[in-house]
Amino acid sequence: MDISVKNVTKMYGTQKALDNLSFEVKTGEILGFLGPNGAGKTTTMKAITCYISPNEGDILLGGTSVAKSPDLVKKSIGYLPESNPLYLDMPVMDYLAFIGELQGVSKEIIEFQVQKMVRICGLNLEKHKKIGELSKGFKQRVGLAQALIHDPEVLILDEPTTGLDPNQIIEIRELIKEIGKEKTVILSSHILAEVEATCDRVLIINKGKIVADGTPESLRKEAQGKEILKVGVNANDRNDVFTSLQQLPEVDLVSFVDDSKLFEIESKVGMSSVESIFRMCVDKGWFLTQLTPVEKNLEDVFRELTK
Amino acid sequence: MKQIWIITKKELKGYFDSLMAYILIVVFLGLSGFFTWLYGSFDVFYINQATMQPFFSVAYWTLFIFIPALTMKQLAEEYKTGTIELLLTKPVSDWQVVTGKFLATFLLIATTLALTLPYYISIASIGPIDHGSVLTGYLGLLLMSAAYISLGIFASSITSNQIVAFLLALIIGVFFQILFGIMSGAFPGTIGDVISYMDMQYHYHSITRGVIDSKNIIYFATIIMAGLMASELSLVKRNIN
Repeated sequence: MDISVKNVTKMYGTQKALDNLSFEVKTGEILGFLGPNGAGKTTTMKAITCYISPNEGDILLGGTSVAKSPDLVKKSIGYLPESNPLYLDMPVMDYLAFIGELQGVSKEIIEFQVQKMVRICGLNLEKHKKIGELSKGFKQRVGLAQALIHDPEVLILDEPTTGLDPNQIIEIRELIKEIGKEKTVILSSHILAEVEATCDRVLIINKGKIVADGTPESLRKEAQGKEILKVGVNANDRNDVFTSLQQLPEVDLVSFVDDSKLFEIESKVGMSSVESIFRMCVDKGWFLTQLTPVEKNLEDVFRELTK
Repeated sequence: MKQIWIITKKELKGYFDSLMAYILIVVFLGLSGFFTWLYGSFDVFYINQATMQPFFSVAYWTLFIFIPALTMKQLAEEYKTGTIELLLTKPVSDWQVVTGKFLATFLLIATTLALTLPYYISIASIGPIDHGSVLTGYLGLLLMSAAYISLGIFASSITSNQIVAFLLALIIGVFFQILFGIMSGAFPGTIGDVISYMDMQYHYHSITRGVIDSKNIIYFATIIMAGLMASELSLVKRNIN
């Protein structure tokens, strides 16, 4: 089920939370939603799940308008809200059955679905406990289980892995990836590595507007611009190496790293100086100890775009 | 309708799981039983008449205090814990949530009242009782409870603090229970008539006396609907701020 957000504007008082926001997500895509605090991530998710209605614009899920038929749209969404609210005095099984019933899971298969979710989310030992007695990680699993109980076409997860231990995080990521093969998934996170690991596409928003949209690799490449290399050369005189490096036609800037025999080299735009550095060392008989490209990570991209 | 019932079931179960329901039933039966049978200057033996009137007067006041305690958490707690977002992003409308919760509390009160039927049977067996007025008495209690539940849910819908919701429901209740009756005397003419029409005791007593007038029914139906609609409105209000 495709999601298309069309020119959505949402005001909180005089503050614009979403500013003419438009984007599309296709079936089988896992979209990572990034942005600094207050960028409008959660607001967008709330608007898609029909919790709040935007001042302008509309959102379509598989062609059905969120504004016109919310009940139809809500049926096809599984939603894990931001702070994972739960009815703490309900036992896990009862809670899942309640949500399943609300989502219109038929009576015959509701028991089966609850068991399946308990298995998938690893809740077997905790299933008869009250939710309030569970640890944070298990509560998070219950939150995920309730989002998945009716086998939704669209999954919207607001920071799904907060409070989980590293093993659980990997499990949940695998689970999301698995689900994302046939469903549409939107997840927000402030852990960039997580978005990089799970998502096919990243959307960075800031102040209610989209500032970047693409695969994690393409975003990194875009932000990269110049090639940056870390070069280690074992020679007697490092000043000699410095001047030789600077004379190479592809090299734009050379700088010392610490006091060792390491240099950081910035190539000219669109050029790569890897080959000529290697040849130079061979010609001069210097020993090359290191030649590593310095990659910008998503964190740099994020910081540059949302400053 | 199905969605309303799912919410009602869950809320009812919540009342019974949290002891709330048992406390209500035990205390209500205890209080009303004490005043009906034992109190002295008031009970059926003192009056020397087979009548349920003492029970209805006591129940009227007991429920007035108990109902805000039952409704205070209905929406206030959902706001506080954020579960309201969870609920409203499921295929249920704001109206269904409000009516589902209303119905749950109403059914709990109805069950409690049903448990007082042995009082009725015992009194009927010791003397001639006016069956009609007992029937309308119960009807009056149900209508009055429904009205206060509806107002209580409204009080709970405008705050995320349960204590505030409880006190607010009591304050609103006091107006209908006593103050309108007192105020009506102070205002002459039409204004006085309007205010005295708002007084709940007046309508309650005319029903428990065995007279079911359409104006009484309209009065209760209006309060119930107004309370539920106002609660729905405060849920919808999340879109405005």
